[in-house]
Amino acid sequence: MSNPNNVNQISRIFADQKAFIAFLTAGDPSLQKTEEFILAMAAAGADLIEIGIPFSDPIAEGPVIEAANERALRAATTTDKIFAMVGRIREKTAIPLVFLTYMNPIFVYGGERFFATCEEVGINGVIIPDLPYEEKGEIRELAGGHGLDVITLIAPTSQDRIQMLARDATGFIYLVSSMGVTGVRSEIKTDLAAIVDDIRQVSKTPVAVGFGIATPEQATAISKLADGVIVGSAIVRIIAEHGAAATPILSDYVRTMKAALV
Amino acid sequence: MSKGKYGIHGGQYTPETLMNAIIEVEKAYEHYKNDPAFQAELTELLNDYAGRPSRLYYAKKMTADLGGAKIYLKREDLNHTGSHKINNVLGQALLAKKMGKTRLIAETGAGQHGVATATAAALMGFECEIFMGKEDTDRQALNVFRMRLLGATVHVVTSGTMTLKDAVNETFREWTTRVDDTHYVLGSVMGPHPFPEMVRDFQSVISREAREQILAKEGKLPDAVIACVGGGSNAMGAFYNFIPDEYVRLIGCEAAGKGVETEEHAATIARGSLGIFHGMKSYFCQDEYGQIAPVYSISAGLDYPGIGPEHAHLHDTKRAEYVPITDDEAVAAFEYLSRTEGIIPAIESAHAIAYAMVLAPTMTKDQIIIVNVSGRGDKDVAAIARYKGEDIHE
Repeated sequence: MSNPNNVNQISRIFADQKAFIAFLTAGDPSLQKTEEFILAMAAAGADLIEIGIPFSDPIAEGPVIEAANERALRAATTTDKIFAMVGRIREKTAIPLVFLTYMNPIFVYGGERFFATCEEVGINGVIIPDLPYEEKGEIRELAGGHGLDVITLIAPTSQDRIQMLARDATGFIYLVSSMGVTGVRSEIKTDLAAIVDDIRQVSKTPVAVGFGIATPEQATAISKLADGVIVGSAIVRIIAEHGAAATPILSDYVRTMKAALV
Repeated sequence: MSKGKYGIHGGQYTPETLMNAIIEVEKAYEHYKNDPAFQAELTELLNDYAGRPSRLYYAKKMTADLGGAKIYLKREDLNHTGSHKINNVLGQALLAKKMGKTRLIAETGAGQHGVATATAAALMGFECEIFMGKEDTDRQALNVFRMRLLGATVHVVTSGTMTLKDAVNETFREWTTRVDDTHYVLGSVMGPHPFPEMVRDFQSVISREAREQILAKEGKLPDAVIACVGGGSNAMGAFYNFIPDEYVRLIGCEAAGKGVETEEHAATIARGSLGIFHGMKSYFCQDEYGQIAPVYSISAGLDYPGIGPEHAHLHDTKRAEYVPITDDEAVAAFEYLSRTEGIIPAIESAHAIAYAMVLAPTMTKDQIIIVNVSGRGDKDVAAIARYKGEDIHE
């Protein structure tokens, strides 16, 4: 299903509310379950789903998501099977969907072929942790040609790079809350408000904060200073603990987190 | 703009969290590489501390036995800490000092780079943490203890295939959690720019010396230079100053493990394909979906699924040749050099010796081969005994 409004579709979720963005790894524990989890989280109020295409060496991930990548690959999950799953999901929901994966799975699949298939199945954007601004040119052109946003990541260490990165951003800006890899944190020490101010001076692109957010209290606090909250490891941990039976627990969790946004 | 390109290879494919840290290294290196005081300090360390220049030794018995080209051995095994790794580590540690860093982190495969980093940390007063795959801490237990003896903390990596690739992943992860006071001493000519260039420059002392030494001894350049290749730092160092001498054959020996026709090898050029991983575009052992393949070699130091971007480019342009060497061939060469010349090479370096044994008899007696003996084999003795079915307790 081709979607000519791809680019607008992501920013639309931030138009009149704070957005809740949920991440999960495709194929953990199976693609059939991933499909069920995504539909359940969408029904429970998630505004956008990030679907992780598993990679053998996810260097930006902490142990929780790394283990999910390993489980998904052991379950013989492939990029083609994930595309087929997204096609099935698209018949049931219009929720914006974004892939999160590393450069190599995209590059080896073939950039043009990858993004053309994304457009065909209805993927709206892509997050690539190991693709910095300096290397982004070619990918942005390929993705843009198929109506996908390449989401910009900004880190606590971006400092003098913040405005250069923000000027370039479309869809939403993924503001990394803390140093290090993904994973639940009890405390976020970065001065996020200052970074958001820097971004706001040069860009109207919505800012969503991720890395380390797990509790409704954290979600409330973050939503006061940003346009959206991204949760990954906490969701993946529920899936790791409950496996195939995770659906109702994920629904409850997403409902609680969405309600905590202010 | 993309930096650090070698033809189509190289680049800086690294998370945004690390970009400023990498740019900081890049700027510092750009500054200090042309600073005579820095270079003088490094030369003094290399000479007085590491024992350079390393000898270029004429392997007379090996030459006579093989009956072809004259074989010279570049003795990087005689360096302090027992391998070429110290060349790069002293350079990066000195740079880290100038950058005001107080903590060094590094990955290691065979343990040689970890030992060299722990050594430099002890010498220059850095905190030091080394990441090493569990499979490698098991087969290189002696080096683990050496690192601890030198004051380093050794983290055993249990993710993925538990070898060098996973140790690199874990060191990158550690660096993202703490960049302010920490420098990542990458051990090979790989990773995001500026590492491939910087490590090559620090290792190029090998071919700078070898070129002068062979001219002094023979009055001419060698016909071939042979070195083993994992990530490729000793080979890049041994090749670099010979690249403009187009008639000098440059030959890299990859680990073919149980054979390139099997799935148990680490022969990136023979069996890999183009990809983007560990910060660089280069060749990698991987599947059709870009999942990095588990690789295998008897040698922990060559057990890596990629190759440095400059090697990938030397392969593309056919300036260098890359040949696969199996475990069996490497072990035979390990024993051969020990018995013939009384030199026990690292099992990594034995891959280069093995190809010299193939090539030398096909050449004439007035031709010359330089083999880079990148390290010494003490660390491998127990593993080779096990390979041969003898159980030795270290």
